[in-house]
Amino acid sequence: MHLTLRVWRQDGPGVEGRFETYEAAGIHQDMSFLEMLDLVNERLVTAGHEPIAFDHDCREGICGSCGLMIDGRAHGPQGSTATCQLHMREFSDGDTIVIEPWRATSFPIVRDLVVDRGAFDRIIEAGGYIGAPTGSAPEANLTPVPKETSDAAMDAAACIGCGACVAACPNGAGQLFTAAKVAHLNLLPQGQPERWMRVERMVETMEEYFGSCSNHGECEPACPKGISLDNIALMNRDYLLSKIRNRKLGGQR
Amino acid sequence: MLNLRRAGRERVRRAPWIVSIYRTDTGKKYAMAISGVVLLLFVLGHMIGNLHVFEGAHGGTFRIDEYGEGLRDLGEPLFPRTMVLWAFLRIPLAAAFLIHIHAALALTRSNRDARETKYQSPRDYLAARYASRTMRWSGVIVLLFLAWHLADLTIGVEAVNPDFVRGSVYHNLVASLSRWPVWILYVAAQVALAFHIWHGAWSLFQSLGISNPRFNRFRRTFAHAFATVVVAGFLAVPVGVALDIVS
Ligand code: HEM
Ligand code: SF4
Ligand code: FES
Repeated sequence: MHLTLRVWRQDGPGVEGRFETYEAAGIHQDMSFLEMLDLVNERLVTAGHEPIAFDHDCREGICGSCGLMIDGRAHGPQGSTATCQLHMREFSDGDTIVIEPWRATSFPIVRDLVVDRGAFDRIIEAGGYIGAPTGSAPEANLTPVPKETSDAAMDAAACIGCGACVAACPNGAGQLFTAAKVAHLNLLPQGQPERWMRVERMVETMEEYFGSCSNHGECEPACPKGISLDNIALMNRDYLLSKIRNRKLGGQR
Repeated sequence: MLNLRRAGRERVRRAPWIVSIYRTDTGKKYAMAISGVVLLLFVLGHMIGNLHVFEGAHGGTFRIDEYGEGLRDLGEPLFPRTMVLWAFLRIPLAAAFLIHIHAALALTRSNRDARETKYQSPRDYLAARYASRTMRWSGVIVLLFLAWHLADLTIGVEAVNPDFVRGSVYHNLVASLSRWPVWILYVAAQVALAFHIWHGAWSLFQSLGISNPRFNRFRRTFAHAFATVVVAGFLAVPVGVALDIVS
């Protein structure tokens, strides 16, 4: 395939960026999107130019570092797919592909297509943990969990923190990510002791960095892990309850 | 800022509970949803009330005129005339509008700050529909219309409705809707309202965390049905005037 790439190039944080156009010839349809960028970069380096900086790590759809805005869609044209799992067969010979970094005030651009998603770490630090004894593993069947609950918590836990939800949201809101993390722990018995504190702190930390949710629903189809909007409803409900519950006598903090 | 420093300890005056919730964006969304429900009930009630227009006259007075009078007489003789109208309808409605608009402004600002640099290439939206992305514009159109509508048919401002006669609801609305620019204004505002409810009456469930697999698939249907019924009912009056059914 012969493709034309229009790629956002930016030399560092806070400086002017611009789109640069590259011709990418000899692209095989079985290449992943990142392999295609690798090839383009090899050619750039050989020709004595700076390669395109993009973030990646696992290349198997589980680490969440590879987010790119491809033709106006987070993680490109294929649903439920992280950029590293996207293959060039989704494109046709002669296509022009526009590649931009995530755009959000709290995801500042580091260089070219790389953004700093540290704001997500602040949200996790605020409440994305449970109190557990360390050292010895608990007996496996000690804590019964209903099957439906464990399924729902596992679905929420699939979030890889890629930031596509923020990137896709017209409001730059972080609700889908935060809701996935809140739901993952708030649904399970192990998460109950800190339930209200968790949702309160995580929501309030989220609001320091991101926009508000207008229920556009744009995050759900952008999410590579298919995290459901239902988690946002759960978070909104639990946040309200966190303000109402008697935490002293409720047995939950 | 009410930070009182005492004995080296910083004591921050805590806002009342409900105010501290409203200060968060999530709290503002609860407020939008609850005020939105109040406004939805209002538009539904108003639409049903309007249908009295089609009952025409009865013993010399129009049914809609009696209905309008009836709203002012609500609660009589237990309460003074128009007291119930003010206390239970006009003031709560004005409050709902003010809260709704204040929250809309604050959230819009918060959303704008969250993406200071816009995407430099065109976006390809998958789920965000026209109705959801234009809430603030459909809201502003409804607000501007509301100002006109109150001047036109409630207060009877000379410049807006020169033929206004106090208490003659039927006469006033026919006089207004017979002027074509006003007719277009009424119809356009109803279309904006339809778009607003199309998204809003679904969105409020998510904002309030009302979610259950048993009924989730009906939430959008409910919003679309609500928008269609309310706006079809409202549009019946200008259409009736245009077709000379109401004259
Ligand atoms: C009778 C008139 C109105 C009705 C029935 C109505 C109803 C609603 C409802 C039910 C919602 C959804 C709330 C939620 O997502 O939780 C909403 C959202 C909204 N309304 Fe209204 N509204 C009305 C007038 C207005 C006005 C006058 C404005 C002002 C400019 C406005 C601006 C907005 C905005 C911007 C949103 C979206 C907020 C967001 O999700 O970020 N609305 N409205
Ligand atoms: S919710 Fe989905 S889109 Fe958002 S960070 Fe998690 S995996 Fe990425
Ligand atoms: S590189 Fe790890 S998810 Fe794509």
